[in-house]
Amino acid sequence: MVLWSSLKSCLQLSCILRTPKAGFRSITSGGLIIQSTSNDVYQNLAVEDWIHDHMNLENQQVLFLWRNSSAVVIGRHQNPWQECDLRLMRKKNIKLARRRSGGGTVYHDLGNINLTFFTTRKKYERMENLKLVVKALKALRPQLEVCVTDRYDILLDRQYKISGTAAKLGRATAYHHCTLLCNVDKFVLSAVLKSPYKGIKSNATPSVPASVKNLFEEDPSLTSEMLLDAIAEKYATQHQIDHRITIVNPADETVLPGINNKAKELQTWEWVYGKTPKFSISTCFNMVYKDSVLDVKVDLDIKHGRIEACSIDLPEQWLPPALCQELVKGLTGSKFCPNETTTLATTLLRVCPQDDDLHSRWNLLCENMIMLM
Amino acid sequence: VCIHRVRSCSSIRFIKSKYVCVFDKSALKFSHQQRLFRTSAVSCGQIVQFKLSDIGEGITEVTVKEWYIKEGDSVSQFDSICEVQSDKASVTITSRYDGIIRKLHYNLDEIAYVGKPLVDIEIDTSKGVASEEDVVETPPMSHEEHTHQEIKGHKTLATPAVRRLAMENNIKLSEVVGTGKDNRILKEDILNYLAKQTGAILPPSPKAEIIPPLPKKETVPEAPKDKARRIPVPVSRPIVFSGKDKTEPVTGFQKAMVKTMSAALKIPHFGYCDEVDLTQLVQLREELQPLAQIRGVKLSFMPFFIKAASLGLLQYPILNASLDESCQNVTYKASHNIGVAMDTEQGLIVPNVKNVQVCSVFEIASELNRLQSLGSAGQLGTNDLTGGTFTLSNIGTIGGTYTKPVILPPEVAIGALGKIQVLPRFNGKGEVFKAQIMNVSWSADHRIIDGATMARFSNLWKSYLENPASMLLDLK
Repeated sequence: MVLWSSLKSCLQLSCILRTPKAGFRSITSGGLIIQSTSNDVYQNLAVEDWIHDHMNLENQQVLFLWRNSSAVVIGRHQNPWQECDLRLMRKKNIKLARRRSGGGTVYHDLGNINLTFFTTRKKYERMENLKLVVKALKALRPQLEVCVTDRYDILLDRQYKISGTAAKLGRATAYHHCTLLCNVDKFVLSAVLKSPYKGIKSNATPSVPASVKNLFEEDPSLTSEMLLDAIAEKYATQHQIDHRITIVNPADETVLPGINNKAKELQTWEWVYGKTPKFSISTCFNMVYKDSVLDVKVDLDIKHGRIEACSIDLPEQWLPPALCQELVKGLTGSKFCPNETTTLATTLLRVCPQDDDLHSRWNLLCENMIMLM
Repeated sequence: VCIHRVRSCSSIRFIKSKYVCVFDKSALKFSHQQRLFRTSAVSCGQIVQFKLSDIGEGITEVTVKEWYIKEGDSVSQFDSICEVQSDKASVTITSRYDGIIRKLHYNLDEIAYVGKPLVDIEIDTSKGVASEEDVVETPPMSHEEHTHQEIKGHKTLATPAVRRLAMENNIKLSEVVGTGKDNRILKEDILNYLAKQTGAILPPSPKAEIIPPLPKKETVPEAPKDKARRIPVPVSRPIVFSGKDKTEPVTGFQKAMVKTMSAALKIPHFGYCDEVDLTQLVQLREELQPLAQIRGVKLSFMPFFIKAASLGLLQYPILNASLDESCQNVTYKASHNIGVAMDTEQGLIVPNVKNVQVCSVFEIASELNRLQSLGSAGQLGTNDLTGGTFTLSNIGTIGGTYTKPVILPPEVAIGALGKIQVLPRFNGKGEVFKAQIMNVSWSADHRIIDGATMARFSNLWKSYLENPASMLLDLK
């Protein structure tokens, strides 16, 4: 095994030198294995898009290997407010990405590996891909008790989820990608995948929570690199192609023309938040102000990530009604986003009567509204 | 099976349909569906039911998650119609036809069935051919291969609409680089190709310009190698420009800005400008920067400008005041909460440094660092953005010299700083030296502030900056 790895890394190195700069759009062999040099979730998702849009997969299949630094990735039709703790993510600088495939929410860090299987639409077959992964794991560590469920999950010891799956089908091509937990920070994972937002009513695809375990916990000698190599090897054998991984830099426009635009698009607010299916929030919160506790009821309708309609039910005269109206009017049409709401609220304050008490009440209300986002 | 649905309206159309039927019999001898259409004005749309195709893996039903089009929209072949989801797989359904969407068979979140109609599309009647005769054209719905052209071994994908555009402009599709899916040629590619020709002048004959077709592997954008040899015949063609106006509602933050600026308009502004010689300050900052760096703080010029402003406000407190709505009372604010205008993705935000009157230059610098990093991360809180009493805007970091800043209510004054330029100036001995000059433009509320006050404040502020050592005398 050791010999193989070192031989492989030799080949890998020579392969870096030999990778044609003009890209790999037309490949004559039956398959290709590529690995990303980047840990940026947006760049890597952009590579998937690029392959999906530009590669001709009639005569070969592609396996793409990638890892990301801390990020939460939600499915195409999901609601991030429903799926994860956005406040915590902002504090900890954990990115949020929306992928183009369906399915549920996952947490990525460098202890997780991602595998994408690209084929033509006709050859799309998820079970086969997952069985390949299981075979590779078993070849690497025969004592591992891993199996594929009919929900396309991979379970360890029949109870812990170590891999989740999602897929995207286009006109002519399709891809199936899955995660694999090697050594992910489970503490952060569970904290970040717990939504603190209450009162959400939505038709977005919900995630199915599951107990997870790292392969590393089962066998501390395993590393992400070993898993990547094992799976690549199995894939190469199965498709009868060179046991060679092509390294790709997702920022390289000469190899992947148009890739940076794709990465940029994946980072826009319109894509990440704006693609959330229509939903509503109906909730209430308490505010403590100068020895009294107030109940506030809020109803919001959110479409394309923007507040379509909003109503705030305050105790009478706590704030001048005209001012409340201004807030509601300002919120209507604006992004359901703490930053936008903060700037809106503070800017509106400039044209209010300059009264300290009024300002504190206003700030208190706005801060609580922002907590909903 | 091609479904013929003939609209029953005018008598002319009835005659036409009879005509169509007659020809149809002869058309039956062809193996695939064909359709006849006239190129005259009266058109009869044929509505085709586009069925949801097989998803694979034996899946029979999916949920419709997003529609990309609505009834009445026109679509081209390969345009995305909708996104459906089935068991963790998201599928993009693309149109097989050019035409107009006439009916959506499902609402969002409804279950759609494979093999059942998804949308009804009214097929385009083509007006591409100039002649009046009937044209038998294989409809785009039959096989995708029919819209491909095998040219030099490369398939060229393009919809009939794009082909028409190319034909109208005498462009060979083989010469155009396609940027769509599977390298198909989009309308934009034709327009880009046209734009690459010299200006809007196009050679009338196709043989004038031959750019060798790029092999699929080529990823470097094409260079028109033969430009030198071309002889453009100056026949002017209308410039093809497909840009459209875009109207968006004013929402959220912009709405608030509209309100603020409209209120600001009510304030009678007067302006006062001057230039400041920052030569000594530039040197001082260079000396202090490493010290600040050691303490983990980036030191710019702003902390000095802000502190000097605060020292000036101590002498001219009316500039740190606020006039109430009825203009009956002036409130002199005790705290100097000096706002710093910041340019972010959303637009202008003005966080402020609180109580500058009791802060050292270093403390101001440290606070500015904090506000700047929060600002760029979009995480400024309400406290940082409210309570400002006076504002400085360093537009000079972007550019400019003199400006006319707008006062941010409820404040009464604002200063805008231009860029620092190296300019020749005369010193006391009458010699020319290199001076670091920055322009400042003040605006103040003329209802309570007069020109003299503004001028004296500006002079004081300027003197602190031109001779930084003098700040030491008055620092608290």
